[in-house]
Amino acid sequence: MIATELELKQAQKEYSSCLARERVRILVCAGTGCIANGAMRIYEELARLAAASGDLVDIDLLLEDEAREGNAVVKTGCRGLCAAGPLVHVEPAGVLYTHVKPEDAAEILQATLDGRVVERLVYRDPASGQPYPRPEAAPFYRRQRRQVLERCGAIDPERIEEYIALGGYQPLAKALREMTPEQVCQEVLASGLRGRGGAGFPTGKKWEFARLQPGEAKYVVCNGDEGDPGAFMNRSLMEGDPHRVLEGMIIAGYAIGASQGVFYIRAEYPLAVRRIRTAIAQAEEKGLLGDNILGSGFSFRASVKEGAGAFVCGEETALLASAEGGRGMPRPKPPFPAVSGLYSCPTVINNVETLGNVAAIIQNGAQWFRNLGTEKSAGTKTFALTGKVRNTGLVEVPMGCTLREMVFDIGGGTPGDKRLKAVQIGGPSGGCLPEAMLDLPLDYDTLQAKGAMVGSGGLVVIDEDNCIVEVARFFMQFIQNESCGKCVACREGTKQMLALLQKIVDGKATIEDLDLLEEVALVVRDASLCGLGKTAANPVLSTLRYFREEYLAHVEGRTCPAGVCAAFRHYAIDPDKCKGCGRCARACPAGAITGELKKPYAIDQSKCAHCGACMDTCRFGAVEER
Amino acid sequence: MLVTVECILARHGYRRSDLIAMLQEIQEAYHYLPEEALNYLATALDISPATVFGVATFYAQFSLDPKGKYLVRVCDGTACHVKNSRRIYDRLAKKLKLREGRVTTADGLFTLETVACLGACGIAPVMVINDTVYPQMTPEAAEAIIDGLMQRQAEPGPESAPVGERNG
Repeated sequence: MIATELELKQAQKEYSSCLARERVRILVCAGTGCIANGAMRIYEELARLAAASGDLVDIDLLLEDEAREGNAVVKTGCRGLCAAGPLVHVEPAGVLYTHVKPEDAAEILQATLDGRVVERLVYRDPASGQPYPRPEAAPFYRRQRRQVLERCGAIDPERIEEYIALGGYQPLAKALREMTPEQVCQEVLASGLRGRGGAGFPTGKKWEFARLQPGEAKYVVCNGDEGDPGAFMNRSLMEGDPHRVLEGMIIAGYAIGASQGVFYIRAEYPLAVRRIRTAIAQAEEKGLLGDNILGSGFSFRASVKEGAGAFVCGEETALLASAEGGRGMPRPKPPFPAVSGLYSCPTVINNVETLGNVAAIIQNGAQWFRNLGTEKSAGTKTFALTGKVRNTGLVEVPMGCTLREMVFDIGGGTPGDKRLKAVQIGGPSGGCLPEAMLDLPLDYDTLQAKGAMVGSGGLVVIDEDNCIVEVARFFMQFIQNESCGKCVACREGTKQMLALLQKIVDGKATIEDLDLLEEVALVVRDASLCGLGKTAANPVLSTLRYFREEYLAHVEGRTCPAGVCAAFRHYAIDPDKCKGCGRCARACPAGAITGELKKPYAIDQSKCAHCGACMDTCRFGAVEER
Repeated sequence: MLVTVECILARHGYRRSDLIAMLQEIQEAYHYLPEEALNYLATALDISPATVFGVATFYAQFSLDPKGKYLVRVCDGTACHVKNSRRIYDRLAKKLKLREGRVTTADGLFTLETVACLGACGIAPVMVINDTVYPQMTPEAAEAIIDGLMQRQAEPGPESAPVGERNG
């Protein structure tokens, strides 16, 4: 139990002395990505070998015996380079190994104990092939500023002791001791922190609004329903440093006068759910959650609610309906959740990353935070860099970093020297920006002006092999699926937009359909009830704005420049290569191929369904795609 | 069955706000939501069956039909989509002989679904079978994994989880 601030200081001293007695510390990334690539077997193998050498320690052993020293093998959160996983990081040498296999464990352990480096496993920059034993010098990490993610990958997320050892929960102690709730709200407001879920509302303002509401019962809700396809920043933070988010929530609770916190996490993130639950249980055990925290008289409890698979629940009023056990449908605002939220009580809803910024702001002050980022968008932002880019993974940069730096310097550009066509940012609510706009600074206001949004931070790189109309259709399909059906504009509008986009990719659209698509998109934007509907048209509007010629190619030119849309694919049989075996005619589901055995066959283009079955079955390479 | 449902209700203190969590536990136990269980839940919580069905049909996670022993989910989030995840789905649908509209094989062994995003975009395209995540899939690799499961099913012997890494 840690009952006072003094005891917290003593605990930090004790725990950090434990970490100091680890002679080597081998960190195995145990994020979702690396686990899928086999990280747990590597962890087990390293732990087994270290135990066999008789020197394996963990924090429990080090706490028991103050003289004990040894080697530690630790499971950590995400280090960002998911595509190069499984990752193993070795301290104090600071070496990063990538693509590690269980059979490499012995070599890594022995080299580490001998103070050597296993050259063949060292991280190499995929663009240049150059090895970087110390990853912070590599292009992927060099331009990043890992602030929210500072401990992600450095500590065991399932051990509160490691978090406390590195200064965790000191900001909470500071807030409880030195600051009134009003001062906490003011500090956060002065820092310029804006909601990291996408909308960018000033967090301090939200808190102050909720603080001023009368009422005994208030809630802090953490929005962990990261539903944007192509985004995983919040998952990584909850998995990698759950106490950081929890500490932010407790401080928020103190600031607004709430005694209850709820984490709403999507069920597709089982590991994040488990780690947050573990963090809550450990904080309770240490007395950092519960009654009279650190002797301040402030009491706070937290719990977890799992979502059940509905994108609209990322919208705050829908999230509240879902957290109360109902259908996750939004309602009109006002009343805002700060006035009437969970169970009709004043409620603050903050994104995972927003809460992840709070403790550092309290610790270092508002000005420190303002010095990161730009004037109107302070601080850093995490992004999930995915799609057609060499270094896929989790990155964090100061606000105002350009898309070009993100994609080319950090991401290493597109693989195979394909031409970059667009960067899709902000998920289904965001937009596609063309190559010419890559020098835009990433901040809330700039992107909004260009018809896109920072969103929660999904950044998908699209190259010349992807059809932009098909991408717009993909997003519309997603939105149409996820529309809750409450308001007509969104329910019917998304259906009509999808039908029009389908018509375009099917090669059946006319030029009038493009105008109609734009008209419907504007109506949906203006007349929908919630954020999902209001932004549903963004993928359509932004692609129409920046990639109109690709739409026109489909509609007027009857061709798909990327060669993706099946309707524009033409198959023909080369009579010189055709042996007349008849396999293609039997495989054709449309009955479009006819001919006589042992003579060249032919495809009737009016019947062809463009499926490509003939090409797949031909043994002689006689079917060509044009 | 009703004993299980009653236990779940008791564990949640008959709180209506825990309805989604209770449905998740029922689905965990039966791999779907049996009608009988939903009606029982409604009566016990003193809400209409329509309310319970309304919640059960709103969320993608819930199914009113029994699912296969192996729940195969191909991620079709943006990152997976631009890396041709659709081809993986199409290949598996063909392999499992799933006709238009059907998601579960006739022998009840496999259910094939797409999922909007699993947040494992760094290792796209991804496939998940029950709790096991398979990274960087191709149609051929996915088919081979299904083949392995079919083969295991055909062989007598102890049941075991799919090969690969359990996630979580």
